[in-house]
Amino acid sequence: MNADSAPLLETAGLTKHFRLGGYLSNRILHAVDDVDLAIGEQEIVALVGESGSGKSTIARLIARVYRPTGGEIYFRGRPLSAMRSRSEQLAYRGRVPMIFQDPYGSLSPVYRVSHGVLRALKLHRPALSKAARDEVAAQLFESVGLTPGSDFLDKYPYQLSGGQRQRVGFAQALASNTELILADEPVSMLDVSVRIGLLNLMATLRREMRVSFLYITHDIASARYVADRLIVMYAGHIAESGPTEDVLAHPKHPYTQLLLSAVPDPRAPISLPATSSVAEPPRVVDPGEGCRFRQRCPYAIEECALVTPRLRLLRPAHTAACHVATSDIGVPAKEQAATSR
Amino acid sequence: MVVTAPVLAVDGLSVDYITDRGAVRAVDGVSLEVAKGEFLGIVGESGCGKSTLLFAIARLLSPPAEIAAGSVRFRGRDMVAMDEDELRHVRWRDYSVVMQSAMNALNPMMTIGAQLKDAIEAYEPASSQKIRERSEHVMRLVGIDPIHLASYPHQLSGGMRQRAMIAMALVFSPELVIMDEPTSALDVVAQRSLMLQIKELQRRIGFAAVFVTHDMSLVSHFSDRLAVMYAGQIVEVGATRSVFEDPKHPYTKGLMQSFPSISGPKERLVGIAGSPPDLLQPPAGCRFHPRCPSVMPRCRTEEPPFYEEPADLVRCHLYDR
Repeated sequence: MNADSAPLLETAGLTKHFRLGGYLSNRILHAVDDVDLAIGEQEIVALVGESGSGKSTIARLIARVYRPTGGEIYFRGRPLSAMRSRSEQLAYRGRVPMIFQDPYGSLSPVYRVSHGVLRALKLHRPALSKAARDEVAAQLFESVGLTPGSDFLDKYPYQLSGGQRQRVGFAQALASNTELILADEPVSMLDVSVRIGLLNLMATLRREMRVSFLYITHDIASARYVADRLIVMYAGHIAESGPTEDVLAHPKHPYTQLLLSAVPDPRAPISLPATSSVAEPPRVVDPGEGCRFRQRCPYAIEECALVTPRLRLLRPAHTAACHVATSDIGVPAKEQAATSR
Repeated sequence: MVVTAPVLAVDGLSVDYITDRGAVRAVDGVSLEVAKGEFLGIVGESGCGKSTLLFAIARLLSPPAEIAAGSVRFRGRDMVAMDEDELRHVRWRDYSVVMQSAMNALNPMMTIGAQLKDAIEAYEPASSQKIRERSEHVMRLVGIDPIHLASYPHQLSGGMRQRAMIAMALVFSPELVIMDEPTSALDVVAQRSLMLQIKELQRRIGFAAVFVTHDMSLVSHFSDRLAVMYAGQIVEVGATRSVFEDPKHPYTKGLMQSFPSISGPKERLVGIAGSPPDLLQPPAGCRFHPRCPSVMPRCRTEEPPFYEEPADLVRCHLYDR
């Protein structure tokens, strides 16, 4: 994201709590707490974290599936809470569509695969005639790699492989006046050999259709492959955020460091650490003040239990929410390597 | 490579699913051996037959699946020929199985301790004190406080449930533990720690392991040998490091080109064009030929045998020299 251009989408203090149990219960699950993030034009931002870290909740908040408990989402500077008319809400949904994880569950088996694309065109581009809609739909299918597009329009989901179905999902997302696609684990259900094709498609669409992506995943390696920036979530908070390569090369937050050390990497030399971290991420029910990672953190100090760490700028464009992490700003590059782990 | 008799020797094993449209051969002529204390990884994509193979080895297949041909010799005895009564004497005591989803494999209505007790009593009558001692022992082995013997599955985290499953598989100190993606429901950090623990237990107790997964990189640091499956067949088998460092089969090469890495230079990957075949009508000749970048005319008609490469067996005509 260029510093001088306003972001396409921005969240400020975005918060979502869920009440657990029955009406009389007052236990509150903090799914997302106080999240500030920004997505620029034609930018791919990856949101990574373990299950339960709140990453999907953020996508659903941005898609307006959930109403935020607190905070605000701005699209092109305009707060979503101010979008009251149906036409305005419809326009926003067209600009910010979503792609789902399960390509087997997200297409209705009784309709042709072009159904969703044609419906979106009818809804979001009412000026098009029926013939023009078919033509645009065929073009969209080709742009996501389903060629020849006109052949695919009349197919039913059962005739398509998982990868092809997910491409239909991409075509559907592009059928409105799309600017930002919320892709929630779009490749995790696919076979390993076809995943990379979809990731390449994301990069192509960003370049050729000029769209941005919020790519939600638990797979850091795939995030590195496509994303410009990386946001690491832990227990509802942003733990670390910055340019992808910088975060991977100089992880500042102890959680990011743990996550990176756990990723299986066959190209890396064999190294089996002596200790294994058995702990798992907490469910954040009625958390108090303090860092949510402190119970698992090898560097925790007294302050971590008392004060929730805020994101601090520790390297250029690279922030982390940790009391212990040291800043590299103003430190000569030679010494940075020594302090970054 | 194997000096002593293998713990497990699978020879020409084929499994059919009987459907209305005919028999689907999900596993086709698979042969493999597992030595004492060895860790064999089996990788492949969904639908390649890896789980079916595993169920066939464990004699857990149920209709419409049936073993159509081949033998599974466990410690020299053919398990395919055994009836249920004979199986009872080896199953769980000599070999055990860890399933993919602990949530589905554990009984939600019973405590972990009660389920362990059931498992022990089913195969070996023992006093309650013996059962208690053994249960506590295996729980400690997998790193769970024995206090959780009184817990119900829902009270444990996903990682602890999988550990409890492994504890259950180890109650009789079996010689072979068969594992079907035991870590796939876990997050990376929990996954890594469970893999380390499995490896550590294996070193300590000395059981052989057959580990099925779709995630090649997961087993890269843990398995001694690796078998790659495609469309019901093993296409390559060899020492894990040699398969990773010098993959021979075009499918294995394609797989290696399919997952990005978090280290090293960033390079554009291509994956493999197309998708796995429908096993009702598998392609003639080599089953990978419609997706293969190095396809030759004979691949379309002639099924390749295994060619021997140093440290590797490859089912590909490219190695016919």
